Amino acid sequence: MTAPSQALKLTASAALLSLLLAGGCHKKQPTNTAGSGVDGAPGLTSDGVAPTATLTADPLTIEQGASVVLNWRTTNATSVTIDGLGTLPVNGTQTVSPANSTNFHLVAKGDGGTVESNVRVTVLVAQPPTTGNTTGQVADTDTNGAAMGSAAEFAANVQDVFYDYDSFDLRPDAVTAAANAARYLNAHPAIRVLVAGYCDDRGSAEYNITLGENRANAAKTALVNAGVSASRLRVVSYGKERQFCTEDNESCWQENRRAQFTLDR
Amino acid sequence: MITISPNRTPTARRGSSILVRMRNRCKTTVATMWRAALLGAATLGCGVAAHAQDSFSVVIDKGADRIRIAVADFKQQTPSPASASYKRAFDATLYADLGAAGIFDLVSKSVIPQVTPGFPVEINLNAWASPPTGAAMVAFGNLSVQNDRLVVNGFLDDAKNPQYPQIFAKQYNEQANEDAARQIAHRFADEIIARLGGGVTGIAETKIYYVRILGANKEIWEMDYDGANQHAITKLGATSLSPRISPDNSRLAFSTLDPRFGFQIKMYSLLLNRLVTFPASGGANISPAWAPSGNQLAFSSSRTGQSEIWVSDPEGRIAHKLTSFGLGSSPTWNPKTGAQIAFISGRTSLPQLYIMDSDGSGVQRMTDGGYATSPSWSPNGQFLTFAWNRKYGPGAPGGQDIYVMEITTKRWIQLTHDIGRCDFPSWSPDGRHIVFANDPDGRADHTRIMSMLADGTEKHALTGSGADMPNWSWK
Repeated sequence: MTAPSQALKLTASAALLSLLLAGGCHKKQPTNTAGSGVDGAPGLTSDGVAPTATLTADPLTIEQGASVVLNWRTTNATSVTIDGLGTLPVNGTQTVSPANSTNFHLVAKGDGGTVESNVRVTVLVAQPPTTGNTTGQVADTDTNGAAMGSAAEFAANVQDVFYDYDSFDLRPDAVTAAANAARYLNAHPAIRVLVAGYCDDRGSAEYNITLGENRANAAKTALVNAGVSASRLRVVSYGKERQFCTEDNESCWQENRRAQFTLDR
Repeated sequence: MITISPNRTPTARRGSSILVRMRNRCKTTVATMWRAALLGAATLGCGVAAHAQDSFSVVIDKGADRIRIAVADFKQQTPSPASASYKRAFDATLYADLGAAGIFDLVSKSVIPQVTPGFPVEINLNAWASPPTGAAMVAFGNLSVQNDRLVVNGFLDDAKNPQYPQIFAKQYNEQANEDAARQIAHRFADEIIARLGGGVTGIAETKIYYVRILGANKEIWEMDYDGANQHAITKLGATSLSPRISPDNSRLAFSTLDPRFGFQIKMYSLLLNRLVTFPASGGANISPAWAPSGNQLAFSSSRTGQSEIWVSDPEGRIAHKLTSFGLGSSPTWNPKTGAQIAFISGRTSLPQLYIMDSDGSGVQRMTDGGYATSPSWSPNGQFLTFAWNRKYGPGAPGGQDIYVMEITTKRWIQLTHDIGRCDFPSWSPDGRHIVFANDPDGRADHTRIMSMLADGTEKHALTGSGADMPNWSWK
């Protein structure tokens, strides 16, 4: 599976942003905040030129045990750290083999301030292929054809559902996203889906697991009500344990407050 | 008005109590005063701002009549570099333990006699009893390494009773290493506290279990109560949360994120040093809590849909559901009676603190708003400590701090201020200390574990960055 989860994320947040602008339910737009998403926009500066940082990973999705190349470029930075890798040159590449899906979090510091950049590497945990075809990758389309669809189609049609803080109610944008997802899943009955619930970094780890469970269940219920068989859907709450981003601002918190759909192998 | 009698006689030493004073506002007359079975420090200043409620403050009364105790450096009987390093570890640990106990007026080592007594015949008690030392009690002894065994003889003398000075003498004999030197010091300190504390039990031998953040993984670790001897218990290569040690120190319950099945309760035997069976179930299964009997485990489970508080036996059998409201987590038993459970529920939107009888009846809401999490019930049964963000919500970031609430009146005080996000308070078994997690700068991986007296004083870090969710052992 070559799901471009980063692209998915950007698409989803763009859709969300437009909804936020339309709805106006959040007074603060993340236009002047530091480093949301992958772009590493400059942070607040005192003097000096603000640093910029971009962190990318290739590929964004790997099988367990495979490697991914991290590539970072900064300007006006004097020191660069990536969580788990320590202090690094201001520009560089490094090959890593994360055991689990990982958010790589880069912090670039310079005279003009600090900027962060994130990239998420999704690690697929190996499961026995449902078709029995050992080549796995092509099995989906070879044997199931249209019933299985492609990973790219899945990513385009089955998008994350986002929630308000401390809430597991489906917002209008979430209802739309769930309806689109259900339409695609009903057209591809061989697909099984992991519905994962996530929470933002605020509040307590234990309570957030129960909240994430409710978010995932709310998304699952929306799919079931739209005709998707419950037996195709598996729910896991991650609470605040697998954060997409770690900045302390509303745009990042919103990215984390979601139910995320992935192909369940 | 209310006298909550501690488990000691009214004539017992005043140094062994927390006084909780209710005030209409700071500096006004004390309206109510009662005593709880906690102990510690001098009267607090007015540290609590006036709120809509009548604020009150926990006053740990260290008392004017605290026993003045002097500790001699122990005499090193065998001349080896190893002995010298054991002696240094022993001396430092013993001195720190007696200071941390909060019931002694501990004599500074700069004003004790120059001569180091190793045995009762070598001590000149008059020199220790006279100014500037002025000690009422003297702890001293000797230390040697014999055939790879560390042998420590400890003595406690009453300096004001020269005719029959000895209160007790104790010999300790362990495999020689620095950890043994610290553990022996803890045991000797606890023995002194037990003899002089008027019913207070020492905590120097207790342990703290916690979550160690290691990159993407979280493992369960153990350390001594003073932060020494930090070491791994689990090596699961996974995300494990909420360690809870059994009352008899034999088993550790926690929850682990299974990539396939979500969070599941795990049980680790500290006797067998491995996981033991605990059945998996559907949904998220988190935040286990031991009943004081050790025969029951409460936890949160969403196996039937909503997250509710469940109770089972320690093997996970005969599980039954206590609540039916949803979004329930973080149960904690009343350790004094075992008859009540406090827990967190988001049934009315933001999570609030509740208590109920241990059969699920008599649910009472304790907090009036904000975002409340992570309760821990005081050993005497009278107080709850928990994390609370009273201003939680959009546009009101507020702060998440540690609070103590008196259960009968629901009056509370705030123990932490402006030190970053605080969570997961856990009482020490003597009820006089609270350990908690502190995230000083908003980065979750910078979270560390701190300890304080139950009145919020004497805060100090026990670990560096990367430690979370502490749980203090029951003994």
